[in-house]
Amino acid sequence: MNIEKLKSAHKLLKEYKYELGKIERGYTNRTLYINLGDNTIKEKTVTQLMKDKFIGGKGFGLYYLWNAVTPDTKWNSPENEIVIASGPVGGITQYPGSGKSLVCSLSPLTGMPMDSNVGGYFGPLLKFSGFDALELQGKADKDVIVFIDGNSGTIRIEEAPEEAIDSHILGEQLTEMYAENEEDKRNISVVSAGSAANNAYIGLLNFTFYDVRRKQIRLKQAGRGGIGTVFRDKKIKALVVKFAGVKGNLNNPADQSSINKAGIKLHKEIHDLDDKQNRMRQVGTANIIEVMDQYDLLPTHNYKFGGHPDTYKISSKVFTSMITQNTPDGCWYGCSMSCAKAVDRFELKTGPYKGQKVIVDGPEYENAAGLGSNCGIFDPYAILELNFYCDTYAVDTISYGTLTAFLMECYENGIINKEITGGLELNFGNSSASLEMLHQMARGEGFGKLAGLGIRNLKRIFVEQYGADPVFLNDIGMEQKGLEFSEYMPKESLAQQGGYGLTNKGPQHDEAWLIFMDMVNNQIPTFEDKAEALHYFPMFRTWFGLNGLCKLPWNDIAPADNKLTEEPAKIPDHVQNYVDIFNGVTGKKIDKNELIVQSERVYNFQRIFNIRMGYGKRIHDAIPYRAMGPVTAEEYLSRQERYDKQLKELVGFNPEGKTTEEKMAALRAYRKDQYEKLTDAVYKRRGWTMDGVPTVEHLKAIGMDLPELVEVVKKHL
Amino acid sequence: MKVLKRKPELCIACHACESACSTTWFKEDNAEKSCIRIKEGEKENVIVSCTQCGECIDVCPVQAITRDKNGIVRINKSICVGCFICVGFCPELAMFMNDEYIEPFKCVACGQCAKQCPTEAISIEQE
Repeated sequence: MNIEKLKSAHKLLKEYKYELGKIERGYTNRTLYINLGDNTIKEKTVTQLMKDKFIGGKGFGLYYLWNAVTPDTKWNSPENEIVIASGPVGGITQYPGSGKSLVCSLSPLTGMPMDSNVGGYFGPLLKFSGFDALELQGKADKDVIVFIDGNSGTIRIEEAPEEAIDSHILGEQLTEMYAENEEDKRNISVVSAGSAANNAYIGLLNFTFYDVRRKQIRLKQAGRGGIGTVFRDKKIKALVVKFAGVKGNLNNPADQSSINKAGIKLHKEIHDLDDKQNRMRQVGTANIIEVMDQYDLLPTHNYKFGGHPDTYKISSKVFTSMITQNTPDGCWYGCSMSCAKAVDRFELKTGPYKGQKVIVDGPEYENAAGLGSNCGIFDPYAILELNFYCDTYAVDTISYGTLTAFLMECYENGIINKEITGGLELNFGNSSASLEMLHQMARGEGFGKLAGLGIRNLKRIFVEQYGADPVFLNDIGMEQKGLEFSEYMPKESLAQQGGYGLTNKGPQHDEAWLIFMDMVNNQIPTFEDKAEALHYFPMFRTWFGLNGLCKLPWNDIAPADNKLTEEPAKIPDHVQNYVDIFNGVTGKKIDKNELIVQSERVYNFQRIFNIRMGYGKRIHDAIPYRAMGPVTAEEYLSRQERYDKQLKELVGFNPEGKTTEEKMAALRAYRKDQYEKLTDAVYKRRGWTMDGVPTVEHLKAIGMDLPELVEVVKKHL
Repeated sequence: MKVLKRKPELCIACHACESACSTTWFKEDNAEKSCIRIKEGEKENVIVSCTQCGECIDVCPVQAITRDKNGIVRINKSICVGCFICVGFCPELAMFMNDEYIEPFKCVACGQCAKQCPTEAISIEQE
C-alpha cells in the first residue's frame, strides 16, 4: 500500500480553521455544515429549541433534513442531506453501548426520511472535535474526502482520486494516511461506502474503529435505507475524523458519579450473567439463530416458513467456533457487551479479493438469517463470504437477503428465468448464484445491477416487462414503504406485524420487536395491550437514537431479578439506568415518563415529515400478506394443523370438507381484518386519526405543536 | 512475582492497611481511596485485594492494563479511557474507582499496608 502516492494525488479544495470548542453537559452547542457542491464550510449554533424538542442524534438529523428539503426533493437532489450525529449521552465511556452515530437522509428506497444507527468511533470523535452533528449537502464534481482534525481545529475537503472504493481497503488506507503512528490509529474513524453503492439503491455506510489488538480496522454498518447510495451520489469517497485524547469525562457531565455507578453496575451484570443469558460476548446477536428456528420464527425461503431442518448447520454453536473468542469487541469504549464479533483470517473463495484472508465483521443474526436461511442457504462459509462482500461493497445485508429471497421465489415460480437473470440459477439454496449476483451489483453489471433497485422497483419491472401477476408479487415481495423487511417471521404474531407495519421508516426491528412478548410469553393478548406495546416500545427505542445509544445493552442482558418486576419486558432497572445517565450528563431531571414524551415528539415529527413528503398515511402502513399468513397452499399445508385449529377456534369457520383454497381465503380475510383492528387501536393510542395523521391536540399535549408541523397536518385532518 | 497474600482469619479489622494504602497513593487517609479493603463479617473479615490474576488485562479495550516485568498488573493512566469495565469484571472485586478520578486504581503489591498490619494478616510474598 503506497500511502504517499495516494496522498500526493490529493488536491485541496478547501481548508477551514475553527476554534476548538468545549462540551457542556453532553453538547458542544455547535454543528458543522458542509456543502460539497460549492465547498462551503460553516458552523451553526445549536438552539435551545433543538435541545428541548429534538434532544440530539436522529432528532437533530431529522430537524436539519426537514429544513434542507422540500416535498419535491428526491434522494439524489443536491439539497438532500446526510446528517450524522451522536447525541448528548453519546461518547460517555462508562455505560455499554454509548458510541452510536445516527445517520439521516432521504432514502432512495422509500423517498422518505431514513434514520440508521451505527457503531464505530465517528460520532463520539466528531463531538469531541467540537460538533454535535455534521450536515452534508450538495454534490461534488469528483470523488472527495472530508477530513476533520479535532485537535488542530482544521477541516479539509480534498479531491481523492486514487484510493479504493471498497471499505475494507479504503478504511485501512485512510487510517494509515491520517494517523501519525500506530498509537494514533485508534484516534481515527472513517466513514465510507463501497462499489455497489455506486449502482444499487441499498447502499450502506461503513464506520470504522481501529482494533488495537488485531491492529486492523473494523467495520460497523449504517445499513438500512440506502444512505450509502446517497453518499456516493454526492461523490463522497470518505469522511475522516481524528481526535486524540479520549477520556471518560469529555462530555463534561453534570454528575459523573451517577454515570459511573450505572455503568459499573451493568458491567458487573454482564460479567456475571451474559454466559447464562444471551452469550453476546461469545457470539453476538447470532445467539438467537436456533432459538428463532425453534419457535418457527426464522425466515426461510422468502418467509414462507419459520424454520428448516438444516438450521443446525448455521446455529450459534457453529459460528461461535468460527468467531475469535476472548477479545474485547466493543464498537465504542466501555461496551462490555462486546457484540461486534469477527471471524479472523477468513479466506475468500470468490470475487475480486479471492484468496485473500480477511476479517469478517459478523455474522450478526440478521446476516445469518437474511443471507442464509431466508435464501435457503445453510452453508456458514457462504454466509460469511456474502457477509464480507456486502460490507466492503456497501450493501445492506438485510435488504440484500430479503430481495434475494424474493428473487429466488420469483425464479422458482417461473416469473423470471435464466434468460432474464443472465444465467444466474436463482434457486433457493444456491449460494454461488447469490454471490455472483452480489459481485455483479458491485460491478454495476447484469442482473445484479437490476436487483440492487430493491423489491419495490423489481415488482414494478417484473409486472411491466415480464407480465408477472401484480397481486402475487405484492403478496410475496417482503417490502413496505419501499424498505425490505428485516429477518423475523411475523406471520403468527399480530403485534410484530404491527411492529413492522406501523413504523416510520419501514419494516425494521429498530422500532419494535414484540414477537416474544406476543407469541411466546402471551403478555399482550388484547388489541389494547398490543396497542400499548406498539406505543411504548417504539417510543422507548426511539430514545436510544436521540442520545447516541445502542439498544442492545437495554434488553440483551437483564438483572437476575428482572422476572420478579411488574413489567419484565421493559427491564425496569435498565430504564432507570437510562434516566440516570441522561440526567447525569445533561443535568436535567427527567423521569421514565418524560423519557417517553421526548421520543414522542421526534417520532411524531418523523411521521409528519413522511406526510409532508407524500407518504405517512394509513395506506402506507399496509403490509404484504406474506407477513400475515400463508400466501400459497405449500405454506398452508406445511402448518395445516395450526391453521385448521385457528379457523375453528378463532375464525368460527369449520375447515372440515373445505378445500385448501377455501380455508386460505377464510384465514386471509380474518387476518387482514385483525391487522386493520390493530391499526385502529394503535393509531388511537398514538394520538393519530384513523388515517394515521397526528392530531393538533396530540401535538399540543406532547409540546410539539410547532407551526410548521401544524401546517402540514391540518391539510390532512 | 510479588503478590499480597491474605490470611483473613488473622484480620482484626483495624483498617490500618486501608489508611496506609490511601495515604501512600492519594496522600489522604480515606478507605474509599484504598487498594485494599476490609469487609467486616460476622464470622470472619474479608480482605479484598488484587491477586494479580490479570483478567482485567484481557477486558481493557485500549490495552491500558499490562503486566510489568515483575508480574505486577499495572494501569497506564494516560491510555485509560475510564470505562471501568475492569472494575465490573474483576473476579476479586479488587479493581477500585473513586468518583474524584476518571481512572480506576488497584494494588501493585507495594507492601506499605503489610508493614502496618499488626497481626500479619497480609504480607508480600514471592510466587
